[in-house]
Amino acid sequence: MAMSVSTGLPPDAPVIAPDLTMTSLSEQVSARVLSERAPLWWHIGFAVGFMLLTLLIVQMAWLFINGIGVWGVNIPVAWGLAISEYVWWIALASGGTIVSALFFLTRSPWRSATNRIAESMLLSAAPCAGLMPIMHLGRPGLFYWLFPYSTVMGVWPQVRSPLWWDFICLICYILMSVMYYYTGILPDLATVRDLAKSRSKQILYGILALGWRGSVRQWQNQRVVYAIMSAIMAPMVISVHSVVGLDFAGGLTPGWHDTQFPPYFFFGAVISGTALIMMLTIMVRWGYGLRDVLTEYHLNAMAKVMLVGSLLLAYAYVWEAFGPFYGSDVAEKTEFLRRMFGFTASAFWSEKILTVVIPQLLWLPSVRRNQPLLFLISTGIILGMWQERFVFVTSSLEHNYMPSYWGHFFPTFWDWAALAGTIGLFLTMFFLFLRFVPIVSLAEVREIVEEKRSK
Amino acid sequence: MAIFGPRANLFMNVALAGAGGSAIVLLLAIWVVPVMGYNTQQRFAPQQPIPFSHKHHVSGLGIDCRYCHTTVETSANAGMPSTAICMTCHSQIWTNAAMLAPDRKSLAENKPIHWTRVYGLPDYVFFDHSIHIAKGVGCTECHGPIGDMALTWKAQTLYMSWCLSCHRDPAPHLRPLDQVFNAHWHRTPSTPSGQTLMAEYHIHTRDLSDCGTCHR
Repeated sequence: MAMSVSTGLPPDAPVIAPDLTMTSLSEQVSARVLSERAPLWWHIGFAVGFMLLTLLIVQMAWLFINGIGVWGVNIPVAWGLAISEYVWWIALASGGTIVSALFFLTRSPWRSATNRIAESMLLSAAPCAGLMPIMHLGRPGLFYWLFPYSTVMGVWPQVRSPLWWDFICLICYILMSVMYYYTGILPDLATVRDLAKSRSKQILYGILALGWRGSVRQWQNQRVVYAIMSAIMAPMVISVHSVVGLDFAGGLTPGWHDTQFPPYFFFGAVISGTALIMMLTIMVRWGYGLRDVLTEYHLNAMAKVMLVGSLLLAYAYVWEAFGPFYGSDVAEKTEFLRRMFGFTASAFWSEKILTVVIPQLLWLPSVRRNQPLLFLISTGIILGMWQERFVFVTSSLEHNYMPSYWGHFFPTFWDWAALAGTIGLFLTMFFLFLRFVPIVSLAEVREIVEEKRSK
Repeated sequence: MAIFGPRANLFMNVALAGAGGSAIVLLLAIWVVPVMGYNTQQRFAPQQPIPFSHKHHVSGLGIDCRYCHTTVETSANAGMPSTAICMTCHSQIWTNAAMLAPDRKSLAENKPIHWTRVYGLPDYVFFDHSIHIAKGVGCTECHGPIGDMALTWKAQTLYMSWCLSCHRDPAPHLRPLDQVFNAHWHRTPSTPSGQTLMAEYHIHTRDLSDCGTCHR
């Protein structure tokens, strides 16, 4: 097993609780979907999410009526919170694919029980990411001009622009993610259908299961398709987030114009995406009482991925600081010094502490087993990554080449409403996933149960 | 108990075929609807207060375009004729014609006639008649066989792709300057080539399709 070199847990630490059987697994997980009443914490979480979603709708209405002047963006800082949060959300979404596709290819056993949480998170975060650049457009209704079609205008999108690659990447990524999710969940929907007692649920899940009977041929096709899609998704997510990095690297702005940003952004996705999966896994584990399926083994493994992510990020931070002083560009140096010690200094340093310094605690096995602490560290990482994106996007524009062109960015109420609103959209979607689909991949955990039994 | 009967497969197939069909219809609509005449108003002659005939005035009587459209050579707007211009003739001939009643009413009340615009451009397009006239683009290049129109109809879609088709390759649309207002001009073997005319008028296509040329 890939993760057997664990230092915190004994080498044979169980991936799942020893007394878990195939039947109890199916019943435990499906019961959450089929129960008539959702638990109280689900109602609270969904209500909070839905209220914030309402705020998003109000914010969008206000924004579309009045234009983006309701935000704090202006010249010189024309890219504000919306673009920072686009990068932030797409990084969180990418984490879902990294855990679910990359670690599928490595056959890591901890991925089997967490991949559904990761993919649900991805599908909830991707629309939040996609919404941000559309809200940021001056004329949002014309976003479809990005599609490469030309019937009446005689002009095509600028194919040499990373911004356009970004659009194509995001569309492909979301479509692929939906298909990947559905391919994986198909056998589980059939399980829910078979366990459903009420006629309406039998029909609903029966339609969703697309006639899955679990025949050998169906399984064979499903596994082949799933493996091929994983092999496409894993490099795809790297390219998607690299292109987000190119949006900035392609710009002639001090602090952005650097070839390291494609991998830099990907490193951010590794750590922040895993951190969000960690938080959600702990929530599902306690909320749904799935301690037999989502064990300390999983948390331990994800903590290690976070630790690797923080080291990668530290490496990127070093190069980010090295670049301006290695080159001879005065503007690069000035911008970086202002970023470190100027207007954005507090966010700059707190982001370094939250994403690189504090995660070093994860070297200690006792920390990797302490769930409240893991939850706090993950929250800190996500907050830190938000600050990182914010400083990265705004600080460069605040200190462009011409000192006469300098200015500061101050978010308005509606900037914050957009952030809170997309969090609401995320929570609403994730809680709907929690309620209506098996949140743990039954088919894949059954494999682990079977392997353990046959040993 | 079986959840679905044998006919469920049929419903599923119909639903799938319907989804696929809808996608094709949607795609077709995206391409086809914008070029439909209903949308572009191409070849459509809107109702006017007076059924003015270019065919009669231009081809029949031989009146020059500039007699009525007075500012076409000097201004962005070609200029609609004032009531007084109509009255240079119609104070003398057809003075009791019923179809000219709005004209006489306009003169009496000192209120201009409300013609219906045939060629409407969006506000973000800054079209200028004078530069096109000065560079040898004839009236009929955009206004079609205007000299033969009994009622004025829109000859072009006015889509940006149509503007660009000439801005990217103007040569075939140019004529000698003394033929610009000829409603029945066509190229003859003795006409200078488009390239010659482009050189003569100093037309450089390099900047002609920049955004700022039309969208200031």
